Amino acid sequence: MTDFILQPWPWWLAGPLIGLTVPTLYLLAGKGFGISTSFQQLGAMCSPHSRFAYLKNYDRRKGAWTLIFAVGISIGAFIGSHWLSAEPIEFLPAKFYSVWGAIKLFIGGTLIGFGARYAGGCTSGHAITGIANLNLPSFIATLSFFVGGLSVTWGLHHILF
Amino acid sequence: MATLIENKKSDHLPPVASAKTKDKPTSQITDSAMVYAMTLMVGTFLGITFTKSEVVRWQRVQDMFLLQDPHLYLIIGSGVAVAMLGMFIIRKRSASDIYSQPIQYKPKPFHKGVILGGMTFGAGWAITGACPGPIYAQLGSGVGPAVFTYAGALAGIYLYAWAKPRLPH
Repeated sequence: MTDFILQPWPWWLAGPLIGLTVPTLYLLAGKGFGISTSFQQLGAMCSPHSRFAYLKNYDRRKGAWTLIFAVGISIGAFIGSHWLSAEPIEFLPAKFYSVWGAIKLFIGGTLIGFGARYAGGCTSGHAITGIANLNLPSFIATLSFFVGGLSVTWGLHHILF
Repeated sequence: MATLIENKKSDHLPPVASAKTKDKPTSQITDSAMVYAMTLMVGTFLGITFTKSEVVRWQRVQDMFLLQDPHLYLIIGSGVAVAMLGMFIIRKRSASDIYSQPIQYKPKPFHKGVILGGMTFGAGWAITGACPGPIYAQLGSGVGPAVFTYAGALAGIYLYAWAKPRLPH
């Protein structure tokens, strides 16, 4: 049993656990599962008097839970990687520990932040919560995620990877 | 729910008007300490699962987009199925949340950004090998370069905040 926990978890355990987040977060906290709103929360906290309506009109108190949720994910990840893993997890390949790697991560991160908020959600809010609630725009968003990801992976592979 | 605030028309009204329409009467202005504790706990479990299932690994995401590894497709698929079942039971029982408010999914609306932003997001996901949850997981695990991903995401927010009035929605 201990052995099982310390090894990477199979999809049939991890998938349902991630899926359970949706009803659990509704029941215990009254919140819809979504992670990328925390970016907007952080932006609004950094620039409360921003000239951009998107940040200025954002309700920081109401959205505070999104950052607490994010802190929870970070704590859980620390526990998972430091105390619950037999072998160290290779999060990023060695090639990302370089200047070019840092540039790629920053550009990719920008696309993530911009795209997720333009689309109105990310993998958690659209792909998991949205589809689980049969929300048609979320199907379209998820399809678009994969159109973008597959295009970059197959089209720019020789430049980026 | 905060997730939908950016879609509200009030963005385009003068500040005074938007301040009045911003708070919905049915929901609390601030959350209780209990809600924060619960959120932190659910987040912690999720962080453990993200890490132990390796959805936080660049290589797993790369192999997913290269169609070489069904792992992430199976995780997303089974996750959606379980979430759907959970929401079905919640609807069937008309369950209430911790505020004794009925639980109701707030549909995310369709606009051109769902496609354009969605494709942009997917590109970023493929390059960094992380979506927003795994970015926080990488940061918490002490993965140094994840700082650049997170800084980029914040830059992306400012870019969107600036571009929003000019973009098709």
